[in-house]
Amino acid sequence: MTVSPDLDRRFREAATTMGLVDMGFDVVDSPVGPLFVAASERGLAAISFDPEPDAQLERLARIAGPRVLRSPRSVDGARRELDQYFSGRRQAFDLTLDLRALPPFTVSVLQELARVPYGETTTYGALAARVGRPRAARAVGTVMNRNRIPIVLPCHRVVGSSGDLVGYAGGLDRKVKLLQLEGATL
Amino acid sequence: MMQSVAIPPFEHFYEQHRTDVLRLLRRRVGSERAEDAFQETFLRALQAYRRLEHGDHLRAWVLTIAGNVAIDTLRRTRPQSELLETGADDDRPAFEELAPMTDGLPPKERAAVVLRYGYDLPYDQIAAALGSSEEAARQAASTGVRRLRRRSQ
Repeated sequence: MTVSPDLDRRFREAATTMGLVDMGFDVVDSPVGPLFVAASERGLAAISFDPEPDAQLERLARIAGPRVLRSPRSVDGARRELDQYFSGRRQAFDLTLDLRALPPFTVSVLQELARVPYGETTTYGALAARVGRPRAARAVGTVMNRNRIPIVLPCHRVVGSSGDLVGYAGGLDRKVKLLQLEGATL
Repeated sequence: MMQSVAIPPFEHFYEQHRTDVLRLLRRRVGSERAEDAFQETFLRALQAYRRLEHGDHLRAWVLTIAGNVAIDTLRRTRPQSELLETGADDDRPAFEELAPMTDGLPPKERAAVVLRYGYDLPYDQIAAALGSSEEAARQAASTGVRRLRRRSQ
């Protein structure tokens, strides 16, 4: 006596339509591997290269409330824009973001990060200068490392001052692949 | 005092209890109407989930909701003759009536009383719902009832 996929799908759709979900999530396929994507009614809240939801649900519940539910419909908008991005048909994302629970410094760094154009790179130091904290390159690096919404907030476009790639929470391979997709000169 | 269990993300709660909820509903309202009742049960649970104060006895909690939905489903369709065979079940007191009465009982006793006398569940199922032994479930229900009697005297 298991719950049929159809019944399961109908419940998840109804829950989302009725606005009873604090945070909906689903796994989205991409050329850099399956992505865990989560969105609330406020906007896109998380993208993770670790597609296994279990590790993430508690964290999302702390941000948005305990009603965290797999809900393909909740991430439809993000899925569409990500597909367009990966197929080269989109250079800028028009998604609203849910940046709840992030400290003000992090938010201001991420807002500056969002302005780094497609296909270009900047440095941790330059980003620090743009938020008015020129000596905070290391702190900016930490914000990049913990970026809750990689790809859409393009921390892959941030490199070291000597031009080396430095690091990427999703692995350097992915950083290279994203920059190549955008046609950046490495 | 034991520490309360944290409220799990709804996804985990749903995955853990959906099979039992469907099983209970099929038994109570038949497989034809069980799917709508299933959806209704978890939508009601979602509506109430934000107001939960702890994650204790969630299984008993969701089975109680499912029991309520089953009663509502049977009430809505009672005039149909196909239901006569389950008609005897329909007169049991609804949780709405039992709820204010049992208000203030310790959670486990309250759940045991409601499942036993509100929904007429056998003790082995109550034990499963509470995650305890059958003997403990029986004990919880009888302690709860004694407590209620003392209170009404």
